[in-house]
Amino acid sequence: MGQGAVDADLTAQIAERVRAAYAQGTPLAIVGGGSKLWLGRRVEGEPLEIGGHRGVVRYEPSELILSARAGTPLAEIEALLAAHGQCLPFEPPHYAAGATLGGTVACNLSGPARPYRGACRDYVLGVRIVDGQGEVLRFGGEVMKNVAGYDLARLMAGAQGTLGVLLEISLKVLPRPQAELTLALELDAARALAQFNAWAAQPLPITAAAHVGERAYVRLAGAEAAVRAARLKLGGEELADGAAFWRSLRELTHGFFSAAGSLWRLALPPATPVEQGLHQCLDWGGGLRWVLSEAPLWDHAAARGGHATCYRGGRTAVFQPLPPALLALHQRLKRALDPARLLNPGRLYPEL
Amino acid sequence: MSASHDPQRREALIRGLGEILPPDAVLYEHEDLRPYECDGLSAYRRLPLAVALPSTRAQVAAILRLCHRLAVPVVARGAGTGLSGGALPLTDGLLLSLARLNRILAIDPTARIARVEPGVRNLAVSEAARPYGLYYAPDPSSQIACTIGGNVAENAGGVHCLKYGLTVHNVLRLTVLTVEGEELVFGSEALDAPGYDLLALTIGSEGLLGVVVEASLRLLPLPERQQVVLAAFDEVGRAAAAVGAIIAAGIVPAGLEMMDNLAIRAAEDYVHAGYPVEAAAILLVELDGTNAEVSEQVMQVRELLLACGATEVRTARDEAERELMWKGRKAAFPAVGRISPDYYCMDGTIPRGRLPEVLAGIAALSREYGLPVANVFHAGDGNLHPLILYDANRPGELERTEELGRKILELCVAAGGTVTGEHGVGVEKLDAMCVQFTAPELARFHAVKHAFDPAGLLNPGKAVPSLARCAEFGAMHVHRGQLRHAELPRF
Ligand SMILES: Cc1cc2nc3c(=O)[nH]c(=O)nc-3n(C[C@H](O)[C@H](O)[C@H](O)COP(=O)(O)OP(=O)(O)OC[C@H]3O[C@@H](n4cnc5c(N)ncnc54)[C@H](O)[C@@H]3O)c2cc1C
Repeated sequence: MGQGAVDADLTAQIAERVRAAYAQGTPLAIVGGGSKLWLGRRVEGEPLEIGGHRGVVRYEPSELILSARAGTPLAEIEALLAAHGQCLPFEPPHYAAGATLGGTVACNLSGPARPYRGACRDYVLGVRIVDGQGEVLRFGGEVMKNVAGYDLARLMAGAQGTLGVLLEISLKVLPRPQAELTLALELDAARALAQFNAWAAQPLPITAAAHVGERAYVRLAGAEAAVRAARLKLGGEELADGAAFWRSLRELTHGFFSAAGSLWRLALPPATPVEQGLHQCLDWGGGLRWVLSEAPLWDHAAARGGHATCYRGGRTAVFQPLPPALLALHQRLKRALDPARLLNPGRLYPEL
Repeated sequence: MSASHDPQRREALIRGLGEILPPDAVLYEHEDLRPYECDGLSAYRRLPLAVALPSTRAQVAAILRLCHRLAVPVVARGAGTGLSGGALPLTDGLLLSLARLNRILAIDPTARIARVEPGVRNLAVSEAARPYGLYYAPDPSSQIACTIGGNVAENAGGVHCLKYGLTVHNVLRLTVLTVEGEELVFGSEALDAPGYDLLALTIGSEGLLGVVVEASLRLLPLPERQQVVLAAFDEVGRAAAAVGAIIAAGIVPAGLEMMDNLAIRAAEDYVHAGYPVEAAAILLVELDGTNAEVSEQVMQVRELLLACGATEVRTARDEAERELMWKGRKAAFPAVGRISPDYYCMDGTIPRGRLPEVLAGIAALSREYGLPVANVFHAGDGNLHPLILYDANRPGELERTEELGRKILELCVAAGGTVTGEHGVGVEKLDAMCVQFTAPELARFHAVKHAFDPAGLLNPGKAVPSLARCAEFGAMHVHRGQLRHAELPRF
């Protein structure tokens, strides 16, 4: 399957596979585009390919809602939205060609706009899934507000397929900003961080703020007039190809990431002081710190009220260990939706 | 045997509470319990065994441990403004009021976070943040009274959630006590947290999964300028079409509200907002942002509204007029309360494009049942609030009203919508849930509840109907002619 270009609804086949696996107790490793296999622990299981289950099911630009099958390539969705002057405001990273919508939502991945526009999970309105017993279930819907039943749709975002195989996802989408530009300012990391936090407390049309090397980068986006006014206020020089810069940061292809060593992603309260002596860059207005470090950073992140993910260089532990009581609750939830522990077992934590 | 019929258990509960709380914080005399017999949905009333009014987190934990030991169900309550019976007491249960946990623990202007206890009123957060040029975006019309704990439990929205999101988009972290009194932290003051999104799961869970004792809320900068445009229409369908036209033009207003003639008249009589009382419908369009941006968008929106057939378009001349225009909208429920002995507020949400047809359907149902319906709602989100006007003292009228309400919700589900956008299921929409979800879906909800609260003591019987109830109601989608998961207990 994988990159078949023909839209197809494989709901029945996928559900049947999971039912058979449930009958036989066979663990399944869910594969979309394979672009994020490394972003999790190794899963021992029969591959369950989702790539063929693809196609945009409904898209009403005036409703600001798009529903698509999980195997639909992210690039295809973004192109369709762009053709209608709209976008996924959380600008998800792809990490490789062939990234699917399902994998994006399963990993809850969001790009530089995250602090200003919201995360992937914030835009999830509804899902259709196959749970661990092969049952096809629908949670949430195609409306902006919905509090009927627990929010199991949003729960799927970031669960990495361990609570259900995503079949279809409905997302809120937004108009693309009319105008957009990126400013570069000569600032050290500590001063940049202070600026980012100060700016975020003011009504400015900022949609991204990062610090790499010795420069701070700020993206302004919105109505023409608002961007123009803010540009004067912030100063700095305009980057010729701002979009390319943000893409390189989002996709981890910027020069910073080419240095050898383990790559750590730290999500910290955005005002956390910049640690001296770390090889790092800042995204998310300071809320995200990419650090190259051979020493594990679990305790470092936890002590600062955040958490770490080992993005590169760790296959046994990728995600921040959970406190025992919270882990126990995770295990009970896993049992509620995947009682035989067949869906991506161990991908998040060995116990799940 | 339930505690209400078990005097010993009742006594043990009251004695146990007396060891945890000062005397003024334990209520059990009939007349003291009365104020807690219902929430904003006053058609349902019940007295609990007792009411506890703790003022610290440690007291809440001790109370939960006590109830867990005695197997007494617990219903949490904030301000009791809920509109679906979520805080309706159980006759054999304890009513746990969080109203005295009402401290704002910190406002951090640098991190733009407010850390608050659950009993803090929604509006109090924005008031405390204002000196720093910040505010808390979700603004339910009940914001002067309702609490953050109640907002979290219902995933409350407000007139500004079209642009700024619901409670779930604006809460960063929750400290929650399990039914065993164990403290857990969901979410983080960082922008994400490891593991499952238990924060999202808890928000909107109607007090069935845990008791919220602290919340970290995201604060936003106050916009440089806010402007409201009022447009009048001589036909409801035209107003509904204008809503779609604004969104389709790539404008996301901060708020986009609609009122029909009945609601306009009631609100005008009540607060004298200067609404055009002859109009079939009005739209209130709020635009916010920088000065230049707002000026640009006001022009654009005016033109769009006129092109859609608005008979009058007005822009608030100053802040006082803007506030007055909103006051009419925010007072619409109580205003309708003045013109009818009783009203019943529905909360269905539909895809925006179906507004004209669903509004027409509601009008037809209103005629069929002979009960007036006023519409005042969050048009930009497609979140309807039909208010059915009735008189509970007329025999049979409440029953007819409830039936009409159910028909309206079925109309919403048939249009691809949901039975509740922001008020929650509570006790009120249990049957409607049977229409929206299949048996296996409901079974998963119960399984999730079980993962958090194996003993089933937190607000039992609310939010998710038992499979047995749905089977009886007859509307359940029974798959392949049989009830799946017959082995599951019928909660
Ligand atoms: C005039 C009027 C206008 C309204 N307008 C809106 C509106 O615009 N938007 C909107 O969304 N709602 C609106 N509502 C509904 C209501 O105000 C909201 O649902 C509000 O969030 C309820 O808050 P509360 O503190 O009153 O909660 P309560 O009614 O006391 O409780 C609501 C639910 O929350 C649970 N709960 C309370 N505190 C906690 C806690 N600490 N931990 C766990 N569970 C808890 C209760 O058990 C119950 O299930 C309106 C109501 C009225 C009367």
